[in-house]
Amino acid sequence: MKKIFLLLALSFCAAWAVAQDKGNMLIKNGTVLTVTKGTLTETDVLVKDGKISQIGKNIAAPQGAKVIDATGLFVMPGIIDAHSHIAIDGINEATSPVTAEVAEGDVINPLQISIYRALGGGVTAVHAMHGSANAIGGQCETLKLRYGTFDGDAMKMEGAPRTIKFALGENPTRVHGGGNNIVPRTRMGVEFVIRKSFSDAKKYMEDWDSYNKNKLVKGFRGAPPVYNLRLETLAEILKGNIIIHCHSYRADEIFMLLKVCKDFGIKRITFQHVNEGFKVAPELAAFGAMASVFSDWWSYKFEVYYSTAYNAAILTKNGVVTSINSDDAEMMRHLYHEAAKTQKYGQLSDDEALSLITINPAKQLGIDSRTGSLEVGKDADIAIFKNHPLSIYGVPQFTIVDGIVRFDRANDPADMRLMVDPKQNIDEPTFIEKGRDNCMDGTEFLFSETDKK
Amino acid sequence: MKKIQLISGLITALVCALVFHISAQNPKAKYGTFALTNATIETVTKGTLKNGIVVISNGKITAVGENVSIPQGAETIDCKGLFIYPGMIDGGTNIGLSEIGSDPRTQDFSELGDVVPQMKALTAVNPNAVPIPVTRISGVTTAFASPSGDLFAGTGALINLHGYTPEQMYAGFEGVVLNFPRSGRRGGFDRRTDEEIKKASENAMKKINEVWERALQYHKIDSATKGRDAGFYPEMQSLLPVVRGERALLIEVNAEKDIQAALKWVKEKKISKVILTGVAEGWRVADEIAKAKIPVITGGVLELPTRDYDRYDQAYANPSLLLKAGIKVMIRSNETSNQNYRNLPYHAGFAVAYGMDKTEALKAITIVPAEIFGVADKIGSIEVGKSANLFVCDGDPFETKTQVKNVFIDGWQMPMVSRQTLLYDEFLKREPGVKK
Repeated sequence: MKKIFLLLALSFCAAWAVAQDKGNMLIKNGTVLTVTKGTLTETDVLVKDGKISQIGKNIAAPQGAKVIDATGLFVMPGIIDAHSHIAIDGINEATSPVTAEVAEGDVINPLQISIYRALGGGVTAVHAMHGSANAIGGQCETLKLRYGTFDGDAMKMEGAPRTIKFALGENPTRVHGGGNNIVPRTRMGVEFVIRKSFSDAKKYMEDWDSYNKNKLVKGFRGAPPVYNLRLETLAEILKGNIIIHCHSYRADEIFMLLKVCKDFGIKRITFQHVNEGFKVAPELAAFGAMASVFSDWWSYKFEVYYSTAYNAAILTKNGVVTSINSDDAEMMRHLYHEAAKTQKYGQLSDDEALSLITINPAKQLGIDSRTGSLEVGKDADIAIFKNHPLSIYGVPQFTIVDGIVRFDRANDPADMRLMVDPKQNIDEPTFIEKGRDNCMDGTEFLFSETDKK
Repeated sequence: MKKIQLISGLITALVCALVFHISAQNPKAKYGTFALTNATIETVTKGTLKNGIVVISNGKITAVGENVSIPQGAETIDCKGLFIYPGMIDGGTNIGLSEIGSDPRTQDFSELGDVVPQMKALTAVNPNAVPIPVTRISGVTTAFASPSGDLFAGTGALINLHGYTPEQMYAGFEGVVLNFPRSGRRGGFDRRTDEEIKKASENAMKKINEVWERALQYHKIDSATKGRDAGFYPEMQSLLPVVRGERALLIEVNAEKDIQAALKWVKEKKISKVILTGVAEGWRVADEIAKAKIPVITGGVLELPTRDYDRYDQAYANPSLLLKAGIKVMIRSNETSNQNYRNLPYHAGFAVAYGMDKTEALKAITIVPAEIFGVADKIGSIEVGKSANLFVCDGDPFETKTQVKNVFIDGWQMPMVSRQTLLYDEFLKREPGVKK
């Protein structure tokens, strides 16, 4: 009997935990920055079952619902980082110039403290990306920052389109041409590797199509083509089911990949970093390609020497859907400040600047029907700021994912770890020095000490 | 005849326009007498003046006030609705010593050897480095160009971000940089064993103790022989002014234990002019630093907490916690890998957002650096007699969207262009567009 009671209690707990994943709340009387539908003062946002159910004035709080008084505060859509490497335990499968078969979705680590710190910067969703060692890297995963769960799969944004990492320029040529002594060593080689991969995938797709057609014919005796996960994945790109997110810097290589995509009928592509995107902004706009950039990073390597902090503004003003990303666990905590830099460098409007970290990255990840703005029906992913988020004095107070408060500046304890590393020295810093290139994580063994970056 | 005159006049005008157009690609700094009028002047040391005038002449600030007469022939710059601030000073850069982060051929901040204080940043600074204009048009007029590396890494120099020779750029301060031995792991990527780390740390401590012992000996011999018989030991010659308290020792130190060890070391060796730099975990031992009365150059502020269990905003709060403990605090950007020293006001701004008083944060990038570097008679505030290092902007300089309109360095009016603005001008509306 006791056992049954225990089981019942446990199953009740499990049901309760699931129910906790979608919250209900009323955010009262804030300045609501919808991003897509203007700014509404003294306005309430009602959240039901993790979705925004109403935006308006004087909404009555449903019984039992949590109420956040946002008087004097700014309510904006949760920030989305289209280029991140947090919450994953492996970044580069740097063993081949093409590794389309591997997926970040297999190595999600929901316990990293960087997830909570990102919430502290108003971030609610990230694109957890494979690194840039390979011309065609692994598949990426769009995550919601449901910090508190121990289940990696629970972090995945259900229904988000599949994405894959590509990389051009110095990183793949250094790792493979330089480190492994195989093609590509040059930008010519990078183009070749990508074209060859797509050609192989096309052939693979055709072989399967023809097999599937013929196997129904009476008397057919052929064998099916050999199943190949790498080619399967590449074929899904050709079919338009996987969005390419390509690490790139120079105008020539960006233009090259546009041509490759055109030749293979690929339409969905976002260029990452894309420091020289401003030089081919008209071409990017005409293609419908998107751009996810740094606000002002430059000069850390030769291919970003001819950068300008006006990149995001030039791209935006040329009609390219542009986002600002971090690629860095620290910078992702102040993407709102990075977005504000486009007001210094290019004088973008408030809504244009906020779009760079909300609706635009949502478009690039194919999740804009559910996130990226404050609209009825969308997921209740919300950041609440003291002072305007584009002000240097803006400070996130609450970060809400699916209607659940995951960050509460006033009430959270200092130590927010979910897991304590037993090997760690308690009285010693765990992080003190920069100089770690996330995008190249896992490739250090290929380079000498002096050539690490 | 008149026609010819007219035509030749037209041609002259055309040529002039053409020449101007070409020179506009690389405009020069301008020197002379300037009157900046109708401005809100943030002097930093003497309060705020509404509707004031700053007169610049012969490189100096010659008048500041609401009712000052404008000298004849002065170029008047109307600053109605604008603000004047002293030029910002970044104490954590390798500007001019590095061009491209990943290319060793463009880097001159780290010499071989771990006791090389004789390596002088000032002579290696490239006055024409691309990051210099990128930095100065954001209002950062002065920077400490610092060598880095192991232990005694070299002698850094404070430079103004305009000039064509080291002499023209030199802003009056040099200091020896010591990277204090680290007792712990450098980060998650540091794969050494605990034993290796301990040994390396002990060896490094032993080494700096030996170096200091030698420097003391050298000082005795040099003093006794009045500089004639001490022999040629360039590294000792560079340490001599530090031993004698004539030159500052900048000690880069970040971890709690290391800061304590550094404070103990400085006390033991009785080193009189010391500046602690970095000081990421300074808030843990703020009272001890305050007690030692050692000034601090801290930052970057936009950093992660140093420990997993620390509060998420601990790095942002560090400057204000140091200040509250009674320490003299200067904020640096330390954005060396991106050459983004233009972000210095944002480091100060984040310190404000997370607890620091706004006036103090402004001081921490203007007058406090000038005082710590011993050049407060020359720069760091808007006062008569100081060098004209200042900038004009259209709002709070910490606010991200604020535009810097004018920058003066040593009285020279800077052209408000850098390669980054030139690329903007060229590519905002690219011609030809998609079709040629």
